[in-house]
Amino acid sequence: MENSEKTEVVLLACGSFNPITNMHLRLFELAKDYMNETGKYRVIKGIISPVGDAYKKKGLISAHHRVIMAELATKNSEWVEVDTWESLQKEWVETAKVLRHHQEKLEAGSCDHQQDSPMPGKPGQKRKWVEQRQDFSQKKLLEPKPKDVPKVKLLCGADLLESFAVPNLWKSEDITQIVEDYGLICITRAGNDAQKFIYESDALWKHRNNIHLVNEWITNDISSTKIRRALRRGQSIRYLVPDLVQEYIEKHDLYSCESEEKNVGVILAPLQSLINQR
Amino acid sequence: MKSRIPVVLLACGSFNPITNMHLRLFEVARDHLHQTGMYQVIGGIISPVNDGYRKQDLVAAHHRVAMARLALQTSDWVQVDPWESEQVQWMETVKVLRHHHSELLRSLPQTEGQDHGRARSVAPTAVPELKLLCGADVLKTFQTPNLWKDAHIQEIVEKFGVVCVSRTGHNPKEYISGSPILRRYQHNIHLVREPVQNELSSTYIRRALSQGHSVKYLLPDAVISYIKDHNLYTRDSSWKGSSTQRNEGKTD
Repeated sequence: MENSEKTEVVLLACGSFNPITNMHLRLFELAKDYMNETGKYRVIKGIISPVGDAYKKKGLISAHHRVIMAELATKNSEWVEVDTWESLQKEWVETAKVLRHHQEKLEAGSCDHQQDSPMPGKPGQKRKWVEQRQDFSQKKLLEPKPKDVPKVKLLCGADLLESFAVPNLWKSEDITQIVEDYGLICITRAGNDAQKFIYESDALWKHRNNIHLVNEWITNDISSTKIRRALRRGQSIRYLVPDLVQEYIEKHDLYSCESEEKNVGVILAPLQSLINQR
Repeated sequence: MKSRIPVVLLACGSFNPITNMHLRLFEVARDHLHQTGMYQVIGGIISPVNDGYRKQDLVAAHHRVAMARLALQTSDWVQVDPWESEQVQWMETVKVLRHHHSELLRSLPQTEGQDHGRARSVAPTAVPELKLLCGADVLKTFQTPNLWKDAHIQEIVEKFGVVCVSRTGHNPKEYISGSPILRRYQHNIHLVREPVQNELSSTYIRRALSQGHSVKYLLPDAVISYIKDHNLYTRDSSWKGSSTQRNEGKTD
């Protein structure tokens, strides 16, 4: 398939990134290789969107630090970057809304793009990508063709997919919207479990063509929880997170027994609205 | 206060290529030894194996050494030592241990056996111990017939000591209890649990590279750049080195 026929994809990863780890970064690499190899897609960008503090998860340190660590982690990436919109919102934002925000942003900046190399060669270029495209669209005065607008897809691990089953954590209309309007790329070790999970959900099953399961053959268990635990115990986290992130954590003494107690007793944001409704 | 025994960790292996998992071995081993309260880890050595080992897909030693050096650029306590790789032929691990141990002794300040006419009140623990650092898979290979000489295994666990980091699918306690020599010196075999399960291996990296897949965040960026610049581990280069592991059974 010619490049021009391929659907351009932007991978969006939402999460706490508390802190970001090499495993998070691997998700992007695995997803990009997989999607590109289908021959139908071309992954042009990756976005890390750290959740806002209003999420109120236990142990969640300030978004300011989490954003900086993610930026340090992606400093040497040519295509993955950090977006702060979600983290800057006062209230917690549902994932479906974050997807919509980014899709609308792409549509606003898009046009008939005959542009070659949307993959910037230098790290400095990627931040200006959207502005460049906006300028281009004003010059061209063409109606944006929906088919040519890159598609945002949610990138996640199997834990997020399976969290769809947690009572009241997700609105069912949001789940439907995510798989119907956007699409999911789920990196998983246990492919069979994930497939079974999709099979057992009518909403997911209906849009199974929009759910891409990517097998990660090697176990790579670098969870943020384990990183925080190691730090509390004075153990090394080198080579589990990018060096710059490890240095930043050390310099600012970010994770401690105290920080882990943050939000204890506070209800997680998605569940708060439920209580208010009753 | 009782002073700690200084320890240097030596890791032998192909490092074909070096990965974040190899680098992690040193970190978890150091943490473990420190937390026993008995040791102070003062250094780490990576010793890539000689080309004469003739393992399949082994790229030239000078590349493997260069990659390790790049990987360790940002480490303030682990370094690569090319001595083993520069020898004329492959040599047994115990000989590498002996070499590095004597180097360690030579580099000590000259206090032993010198008559300065002064009484020295230094703690007698100044001589560092050199320990073999490895994954549990290596400990298992002690069982492979003819791969290791029994006398060598004994010398390794008796005179030096082993720090063995857990690995998925391996049960090092089982390997120890299944071997009389290892049982006898099990006090000198430190089993370290790596809480972050990681099945990353050089084999996986080589396969991914030959398939054109990304290996970013599995090994340092500098090593990835080196691999690209020198065209290593591509599909075409995968048959460098003998396909028969002739020397594996020989310990001489």
